[in-house]
Amino acid sequence: MSFKRLFPLLILVFGLFGFTFSTFAQEGENAENTQVEGGEAAHEEKKGINITELVFGHVSDSHEWHLFSLEGEHGHEKEIALPLPVIVYRPGKGLSVFSYGKFHHGGWYLDSAGNKISETSFDGLYVEKNMKEKIKADDGSPVYDLSITKNVLSMIFSVIIILWLMTSAAKKYKKGVIAAPKGFQNFIEVVIFFIRDEVAKPNLGKKHGKYMPMLLTVFFFIWVNNLLGLLPGGANFTGNIAVTLCLSLVSFIVLLVRANSHFWGHLLNPPGVPTGIKFLLVPIEIISLFIKPVALTIRLFANMLAGHIVILCVVSMIFIFSAMSKFAGIGFVPVSLAFSVFMFMLELLVAAIQAFIFTNLTAVFIGQAIEEGHHDEAHGEAIHL
Amino acid sequence: MDLLTPELGLFFWTLVAFGLVFFILRKFAWGPILSSLGEREKGIADSIATAERVKSEMGQLKAENEKLMAQAREERSTMLKEAKEIKDKMINEAKEQAKAEANKIISDAQIQIQQQKNAALTEVKNEIGNLAVEVAGKILRQELSSSKGQEAYMSLLSEDIKLN
Repeated sequence: MSFKRLFPLLILVFGLFGFTFSTFAQEGENAENTQVEGGEAAHEEKKGINITELVFGHVSDSHEWHLFSLEGEHGHEKEIALPLPVIVYRPGKGLSVFSYGKFHHGGWYLDSAGNKISETSFDGLYVEKNMKEKIKADDGSPVYDLSITKNVLSMIFSVIIILWLMTSAAKKYKKGVIAAPKGFQNFIEVVIFFIRDEVAKPNLGKKHGKYMPMLLTVFFFIWVNNLLGLLPGGANFTGNIAVTLCLSLVSFIVLLVRANSHFWGHLLNPPGVPTGIKFLLVPIEIISLFIKPVALTIRLFANMLAGHIVILCVVSMIFIFSAMSKFAGIGFVPVSLAFSVFMFMLELLVAAIQAFIFTNLTAVFIGQAIEEGHHDEAHGEAIHL
Repeated sequence: MDLLTPELGLFFWTLVAFGLVFFILRKFAWGPILSSLGEREKGIADSIATAERVKSEMGQLKAENEKLMAQAREERSTMLKEAKEIKDKMINEAKEQAKAEANKIISDAQIQIQQQKNAALTEVKNEIGNLAVEVAGKILRQELSSSKGQEAYMSLLSEDIKLN
C-alpha cells in the first residue's frame, strides 16, 4: 500500500541527496582554493568573503556558539563566540571535561589536506576544522567526543521548552476533564487530534493508542527543534544527520520490536510465491526493510539542511554583490530580503511538514509491521516493486 | 563527506534527550492528556446521543400533543354542531307548539264567537218577534177598536175565504 506511494518519494530524496552532494563537492573545491591561513589571511579576506565557509560554518555543528564578528586592529577579525564545554572520552585516559575556550589562544594553520588546524593544543588534544570541527588527539589515538556542542545545547533548550509546554498543558487536564480547552491547550489539542486522527488511526488501526506517546514525542521533538533552528543564530539541529539517524533508528527499533510473525513471515517467506522468485524477492524485501530508516534519516536531514543553506545563500548575496560594488550590494538588499522572507515562510511550513512526514512515515512503517490478517495486495505490490 | 558522517556525541545526546523527553512526557503529559481527551470525547458523544434521544422524545411528545389537539378540535366541532342542531330543533319544536297553540286558541275563540253570535242573533230574533207581535197586537187593537175597522177586517177575511 504505502510502497507505491513511497517509491517516487525515495527517488526524489535520493535525487535531492545527489544534488546536494555534488553541490557540496563543488563548494568544497572552491573552499580549498580560497581557504586562507592565519595572519596572512586578513588582507585576502577583505577582498571577498568566503561564502562556503560562512554557510557551512552556520549549518554545521560547533563547539562554540558564534554570535558575531568584530573588525579588530590590523584587519584581524575578532570572533565573539560563547565557548561550550568539551567532553571527551579517551580509552586510556578516561573522561575529561574543559572549556572549548582553551583552544582560543593562537591562530590556525592549514595542513596538506586543506584542514584548518588549531595552533594551540590542550591536554594532548587539538582541533581540526574543515566542514566540521573535530577534536583529535596529538598522538592520533581515538577520541570519543561527547561535547555539549551548539546543537546539543540547542536541543537542551528545545527539551526544556517541550517539557515545560507539555507538562503545563497537561496540568489543566487534571482540574476538570470535560471543561472546554483554553489558550495554548487548544493548540496542543488540535495537534494531538491531528496526529491521532490523521496519522495514528489510519495507519495503526485499533492499536494506535499504544503508539500515540511515541508519535507525539517524535512530532513535537522534531517540530520544536525545526523551529528553534530557524531562529537567527540558532543551531541547525534537525539538519544534522546524526540527529535524524538517531530518531529514525528509534522508530526502526520500535518497528523491529513490535513486528509480528505475520510481518516476518511475509518478509522472509512470502506465501504463494514460486521458490525461484523467492530468492530474488526476499533480498529485495530485506533491503526495503533497511531502506525505511535510511529514507527517514535522509528526508528530514536533507530538507532542513537545504532550507538553511538556501536562506543563508540568499542573505549572503547581499555581501557577494557588495564585494563587487557598494551600490550593487545596497541595490540587492530588497531583493535578497524579499527572497529570504519568502524562504523563511516556506521553512516555517517545511518545519511542520517535515515533522508531520517523519511522524506519518514512522506510523506507516510500524503499521505495516503490526498489520494482522491476510490480504493479497501485499504480494502483488512486492512484485510490482 | 563530512556533513554526511554522523557525529557520535550528537547521536548520543540526541538519544538521551529523546528518551528522556519520551519517558517524561509519556508519564506526565501524553498519558493524562490523551486519557482526558478520550474521556471528554466520550462525554461529548454521550451528550450528543442524549440530546438526540431527548430531541426524538420531544418530537414524539409533540406529535402526540398535536394528535390530541386535533382530536380535541374535532370533538369541539362535533359538539358545536350537535349543539346547533339541538338548538335548531328546540326552536322549531317551540315554533310548532306555539303555532298549534295559537291555532287552537284562535279556533276556540272563533267557536265561542260563533256561539255568542248565534245566541245574540236568537235573542235579537226573539226580541224582534215579540216586538212585531206586540206592534201587530197594538195595531190590531187600534184597528179593531172602531166598528168600521172591524167591518173592513171582516170583509177582508171574508174576501180571503171567498177566494179560496
